[in-house]
Amino acid sequence: MSQPSIGQPISRLEGPLKVTGAAPYAAEYPLPHLLYAYVVNSAIPKGVIQAIDTDAAKALPGVVEILTHTNRPALAAFDFQFADLDAPPGTVFKPLYDAQVRYNGQPVAVVVAEDFETARYAATLVRIRYEAEAFETNIDDQMQQARNAKKGLATTFKPPPPKPTGHFEQAFAEAPFKVQAEYRHLAEHHNPLELFATTVQYEAGDRLTIYDKTQGTINNQVFIANAFGLPFKKVQVLAPYVGGGFGAGLRPQYQLFLAVMAALHLKRNVRLTLDRKQMFTFGHRPQCIQQLQFGADDSGKVTALGHQALTETSRYEDYTEGIAAWSHKLYPADHTKFKAQVVPLDVATPLDMRAPGGVTGLHAIECTMDALSYELGIDPLELRLRNYAETDPASGKPFTSKALRDCYLQGAEAFGWNERHPAPRSMKRGHKWVGYGMATGIWDAFQFPARVEMVLRPGGTLLVTNATTDIGTGTLTVMTQMAADAVGISMQAIEVQYGDSKKPFSMFQGGSAMTASVGAAIAKVGRKLQEILFGKASRIKGSPLAKATFDDVYFENGWIRLRQFPEQAVSFAQILASNENKPIAVKKLVGPDALKLRKYTKASHSAAFAEVEVDEELGTITVTRALTAIAAGKIINPKTAGSQIYGAMLWGISKALHEGSVMDSQLGKYLNDNYAEYHIQTHADVPQMEVLFVDEPDPLINELGIKGVGEVGMVAMPAAIANALYHATGKRITNLPIHFDQLLEP
Amino acid sequence: MPELTFTVNKHPHTLQVLPWVSLLDALRERLGLMGTKKGCDHGQCGACTVLCDGKRILSCLTLAVMKAGADITTIEGIASGDTLHPLQQAFIDHDAFQCGYCTPGQICSAIGMLREGKAHSEAEIKDAMSGNLCRCGANKGILEAILQVKQTVPHESI
Amino acid sequence: MNPFEYTRAGSIPEAVVAVSGEPNACFVAGGTNLIDLWKYDLTHPDRLVDVNGLNTDKPVTERPDGGVRLSAFATNATTAWHPIIETRYPLLSKAIGAGASGQIRNMATNGGNLLQRTRCYYFYEPQAPCNKRTPGSGCGALTGYNRIHAILGQSDSCIAVFPSDMCVALAALKVVVQVSGPQGDRVIPFSEFHRLPGDHPEQDNTLQPGELITAIDLPEEGFAQNYSYLKLRDRHSYAFALVSVATGLILEGDRIQEARIALGGVAHKPWRIPEAEGFLIGKPATRESFAGAADILLEGAKGYAHNSFKIDLAKRAIIRNGLMALSPDTQLPGARPSA
Repeated sequence: MSQPSIGQPISRLEGPLKVTGAAPYAAEYPLPHLLYAYVVNSAIPKGVIQAIDTDAAKALPGVVEILTHTNRPALAAFDFQFADLDAPPGTVFKPLYDAQVRYNGQPVAVVVAEDFETARYAATLVRIRYEAEAFETNIDDQMQQARNAKKGLATTFKPPPPKPTGHFEQAFAEAPFKVQAEYRHLAEHHNPLELFATTVQYEAGDRLTIYDKTQGTINNQVFIANAFGLPFKKVQVLAPYVGGGFGAGLRPQYQLFLAVMAALHLKRNVRLTLDRKQMFTFGHRPQCIQQLQFGADDSGKVTALGHQALTETSRYEDYTEGIAAWSHKLYPADHTKFKAQVVPLDVATPLDMRAPGGVTGLHAIECTMDALSYELGIDPLELRLRNYAETDPASGKPFTSKALRDCYLQGAEAFGWNERHPAPRSMKRGHKWVGYGMATGIWDAFQFPARVEMVLRPGGTLLVTNATTDIGTGTLTVMTQMAADAVGISMQAIEVQYGDSKKPFSMFQGGSAMTASVGAAIAKVGRKLQEILFGKASRIKGSPLAKATFDDVYFENGWIRLRQFPEQAVSFAQILASNENKPIAVKKLVGPDALKLRKYTKASHSAAFAEVEVDEELGTITVTRALTAIAAGKIINPKTAGSQIYGAMLWGISKALHEGSVMDSQLGKYLNDNYAEYHIQTHADVPQMEVLFVDEPDPLINELGIKGVGEVGMVAMPAAIANALYHATGKRITNLPIHFDQLLEP
Repeated sequence: MPELTFTVNKHPHTLQVLPWVSLLDALRERLGLMGTKKGCDHGQCGACTVLCDGKRILSCLTLAVMKAGADITTIEGIASGDTLHPLQQAFIDHDAFQCGYCTPGQICSAIGMLREGKAHSEAEIKDAMSGNLCRCGANKGILEAILQVKQTVPHESI
Repeated sequence: MNPFEYTRAGSIPEAVVAVSGEPNACFVAGGTNLIDLWKYDLTHPDRLVDVNGLNTDKPVTERPDGGVRLSAFATNATTAWHPIIETRYPLLSKAIGAGASGQIRNMATNGGNLLQRTRCYYFYEPQAPCNKRTPGSGCGALTGYNRIHAILGQSDSCIAVFPSDMCVALAALKVVVQVSGPQGDRVIPFSEFHRLPGDHPEQDNTLQPGELITAIDLPEEGFAQNYSYLKLRDRHSYAFALVSVATGLILEGDRIQEARIALGGVAHKPWRIPEAEGFLIGKPATRESFAGAADILLEGAKGYAHNSFKIDLAKRAIIRNGLMALSPDTQLPGARPSA
């Protein structure tokens, strides 16, 4: 039998389109008589719009319409009609709905013109008079407002932290070794390289074909249909190429809403692209303050875990993320206390950003463990091994699989962890202090329901369809690989259609869940198709398979062969011919086996190792090496999965050293709302990197044993960097991002 | 309206274009060459990089009218017919992109950088390519692809 | 983002006439800063006069006095990679290479580099007060987030810094700027080209309306034996300097015969104190000597809530860069500190 496609390092199938500029993104569909829309944003953080003067803007030749809350078309009446699948509890923000300004940069008008330059200029001529109100964007001034978050649909994915166990206060007080510290993170913005954009093709009868930048075609289709009172069938959302999402595309963003509003109102084709500054006006990773208290006994066993997290949210929705509960999924302890609260501020509702909650919480947790290791005089890696949880300490349930120990050991070996001298500020290379740091990562292994259709078409090609996007994750490629193996057909004979709300159901692409979600469906639908094909093959007159059972055959390269006599075979072409050359189709909705999985904890794990150099005199930081060992079940494509991890590691490095949206609380506005001053890594910041996938068979979790790789590569890295910086310099910096001047010696 | 004549991907073009139209918007919205990307429109990300008279420049900070008579190459003009440029193939081989949005700019910039012939070591190449951001973090593959082409492809073929 | 007229100038006099004839006309060359500011709706020209291509057939010429003339219209990259600059003025070459990105250096011109506007957040943010952008409105940075701001030469009106790298080297080299204007040609010593903010931070430099930079003249001495450019920033490339230092030395044995030190990222102009250079003359090229010079350069430095670290950092950078200048081959791409 030929090699399975799964496990092969296949190059991205859409690669030739992407390297030649031929892959079209949301703003790149040519349409006749296209109008260009440009958004006007509020210039105050809070207040009421008293008047909008659009006369000067409207007088410009080429300006077609300016929509504001005063002249917008009618919208759905109830808040729930604006809610999307990822909406936090609260009242969703509705663009141009009323005169209220809820945060700085909120869209307050949209200009529509015959060309882009005119729309952009006209937007600057719209004059708005506000009655400004007192606002609060400084979390430190609002600590007394901290409260528990409201509960809602989203709470099912993001449960509040568990109740305390044992007697935390006493255990922590009595612990012979203990560490406590506060960790602070600035807000961050996703900043995918592609600007958020929507192109709406309007056809008579309010039929809309929408090219949108999104991570969820169906989520946005349903949202638009509900908000504008359109039948679902009349709204199609397409997103085959998405220039990065990182969570920003989990919710429908305002450019979609406004482009559709303009298209419906004017009955014209409309394109709306946000600018980079506007990319800072619709959601962000929330700023966060964490208090950590870990205690251990003489042997290094953690006895008390205390973790409190305070995150900002908006005034209108209670966004939360799971920050506080991770330590008890990693380390057994009898006495725990976890708390998570929100502080409402006059900002846009925060929005899931790559590894939400996980990367925030694990930075604090894994730095605290590192600090504890120095208190105890135990190697940081050894401390993790002494506190290794064989079963989930929080729930007592077994893991479906957990190869974290292999991550630790294989990662340490490959990295050369044993070359680390234990004392801080003890390793030197030229003018640089050298530090090694490590940290643990964990991420929930999610699987969403997904419906997949497979059609064996005349000519013997297989069409596989699902509404999912491929935001750069390699989804198209791995779907093709999984379908090839599920059906027994070559990858070249497969066409995958995706990124289209008209295709069978998919949730949005987030949480590292998509490969598992579509993979499980592909496996089951493929199996069903094989059964149908086998049935038809065995009924062909004179079929060599006539007396065989399904278990007697195998499927390979478009043939069904007898295991014992492989030359005895029926081709898919023959089956199709016997089927009067009519296509053979199977469609099925597949979800996780909740009943079975209820008894288990499902998680992927990682161990990150980093080496840093810090200039002895100037404090400048260079990450010289980074390695991550990953236990994430079955790896479908080591090439694209490896890229997911490399990318996530750089996200971790970037978070540790670069990223942060600086809020000026006098203005109530982010100051560095551009790519020049919101730093992400450049090529010059990229270290030597390595990814190890440890073997982790998981027959329980889903059909293919998939756990997902989008986020588990990021969660451990910021702590590994911070710990390496401590090792290099003896300075424990607990705020992110860490800037080099914080490492200057007095 | 001023008339602009220039060469794009070896084809002469004449456009009626107002001075306030950037080269980037002229390529995308007037000529329909969407391969050149808009990531920031302010010279901060490199996604809009094209080759102008052989040199890498940012099309977002260039007015189209300033390029009368110029010879512009965009990502659509990098391959020779159906044969990919060695760097395009190397990008595929090294998985040097994920979402693909920075890719045209990375490739145009890298070709310009290699033709400049000033960056030799890996550290120099990293620095010389730092005007092209990659938010997906495909930097490792990008640098490997560029190094491979630098080491294996004759300078005159780049 | 407003509409404007566009003219391509055929000569320097033509360009000067075109710009001085209209109140809201301005020169455009590389466009890397002007187009950026226009797209942020911060500058509103009625006419752009394109000076690209003027005098670029000879980007760098050797002059009878032993010095070298840079065309104002040559790009930064052409200048940095010109064999005369690479061999005789490597400090300038390195400083240019540490600024912006490869693409921007291919576009930006030498004249334009001198005219860069600050990267102060508050200057770029229309919601914020800014005396440089809107005279009389106040300074948001004074009590705001001022990590990137000035520690030297600032006023209560403005604590913005000048962002150029190239100009830090030009300051150290003691160049002069040739300008053409409606009143004819004149020469401006580099130390008098950029201004301190005082009560008029809206004026970055001493150019008069309609004046066009035509050339930059470098003196004969290029400090090609002992030089170094050091740039300290939050990421290793494509970021503005928090502190940068250009150092040129002439040594006789282990003694310093002549020294030049200029700082970037700390003031409204490249910061140079001749007394600090004089202090070094005759002294050994040691940490202690450079520390003494650093104290003079940083005399009177004043920090704010988020940038006080720059005072100490600048001193350290001066010392380190002095030592790096003793072996210029220790410099790394991006003007990072030596290994």
